Amino acid sequence: MIQEKVASTAASGVAPMLLSLRNVGKVFSNGVTALSKVDLSIREGDFLSLLGPSGCGKSTALRLIAGLSTPTSGQLDWGGAIDRSNTGFVFQEPTLLPWASVFDNVWLPLRLKGVSRAKAEPAVMEMLSRVHLTGFENAVPRELSGGMKMRVSIARAMVTKPRILLMDEPFAALDEITRFKLNNDLLELWQDERFTVVFVTHSVFESVFLSSRVVVMAARPGRVFGELVVDAPYPRDETFRTSPDYAALCRQASDVLVNAINSTVGPHHDGH
Amino acid sequence: MTAIDDTALKLDPEEARRVRQERLERIGRWVLPLAIMILAIWLWDRICVWNEIPQYILPRPGVVLQTLHNDAGLLFSSLLVTLRITFLSLLLAVIGGVGLAVLFAQSKWVEMSFFPFAIVLQVTPIVAIFPLINIYVNNQTVKLLLCAWIVAFFPILSNTTLGLNSVDRNLRDLFKLNGATHWQQLRYLRLPAAMPYFLGGLKIAGGLSLIGAVVAEFVAGAQGQSSGLASRIIEAGYRLNAPRLFAALILISLTGILIFLVLSLVSHLVLRRWHESALRQER
Repeated sequence: MIQEKVASTAASGVAPMLLSLRNVGKVFSNGVTALSKVDLSIREGDFLSLLGPSGCGKSTALRLIAGLSTPTSGQLDWGGAIDRSNTGFVFQEPTLLPWASVFDNVWLPLRLKGVSRAKAEPAVMEMLSRVHLTGFENAVPRELSGGMKMRVSIARAMVTKPRILLMDEPFAALDEITRFKLNNDLLELWQDERFTVVFVTHSVFESVFLSSRVVVMAARPGRVFGELVVDAPYPRDETFRTSPDYAALCRQASDVLVNAINSTVGPHHDGH
Repeated sequence: MTAIDDTALKLDPEEARRVRQERLERIGRWVLPLAIMILAIWLWDRICVWNEIPQYILPRPGVVLQTLHNDAGLLFSSLLVTLRITFLSLLLAVIGGVGLAVLFAQSKWVEMSFFPFAIVLQVTPIVAIFPLINIYVNNQTVKLLLCAWIVAFFPILSNTTLGLNSVDRNLRDLFKLNGATHWQQLRYLRLPAAMPYFLGGLKIAGGLSLIGAVVAEFVAGAQGQSSGLASRIIEAGYRLNAPRLFAALILISLTGILIFLVLSLVSHLVLRRWHESALRQER
């Protein structure tokens, strides 16, 4: 296995450790090794992307971090006292309650923690304005566009003010214009609040644009292949998206990804 | 969208044809069945006249209508009896069906253990079970209720069970992530998700509870204690009073149609904002 460290993680070494995965493996009951010997440390305030081809276990890693699944081997160490039930999760689909209004959807995590509608209202309304959905609180999901639904999903994940936000290819199904806009808005939100993000994607461009760190994963077995520190300053906007720096960083990330894909032993599959 | 103000926009021939087509379909949906119905009734009347069929074999539609009016007191009091059994049994079917489905939803093991019993109850013809019920149950109303309930509860149970189990996996994960209790998951996720399925089952059960009520009374009516519409039909049959038989039959049919329409409306009102089934097709 080639371990290609494009840059060291020392650059972001100032913030306290939030979570480290140590030698984590996951084997499913059907014998598939989804993850093998994954070492990964996430610092507070990181915007970390997990980039890789399908089947590299990036979603599995996210589910492990969320606590939706337990590792077969190795361990997850959470730095300090963190409330595990306060983890924001954004799925690939908006995953909203179709019968509930936008307000009720965003209220849901608080409601499940016993917060009444009246008490939750300021937080919900604030979150809705943060994702630019003020005025839509009484709409039901089906009346919204794909991008708006995803905004509701993000608002719902953030309404409990989690310290870590886990996103599983949240914008993969959106058109490019909507995706760019949501990327910008997500970064804005992240810069204001400085929570930690773990962002799963298969898009080189998206991962470089958003992240402070890109962790490239390879498949069969799913493993961490290499890492790239994206040394571009925030805020990042449309000028960054068209800058030579961005193009160079994308090229670097793309090279690592190509090596990761080629490193996979056994028969190659194109997509799935 | 259907409402197009075609005076304001210039439509190309294809679009214009489609608008015309849609308008025709909208009218046809009501006019066609109505016209066919009227034609059928007219034909029925003509056949009676042309073939000089005696009233005790096939009464003319006018005579049936006249009987409906003349025997209104008798027929409608019977209808009330049948309706009472129908609605009570439907209510019990809803309570029993949803209650059992929620119980089944608590654990796969419970469902696996008891669902076969529900199927046995469903597939055994009610007419065949009735003699047993007749032996064990004394009260006439209870007898009829039990019968109608056995017929009606299964679609609700089966549909609601299916609905409670077809919750989106990600939504389930979301609830788990937020530390939802079992009860919260049922209350805020699984029950609302099962709503379209339940309402589908309710529509079927509504018709079945009427059928159950009538069939039960038919079987029980042989003992001559009941006074619902079914016993009116039996009685009219014995007396060769075909007009009254037809009148009672029409009342039962209308009741069934009404139940279906009301339940469809309920279903539409509950689901109209969010479920695909209740939404108008948009191009």
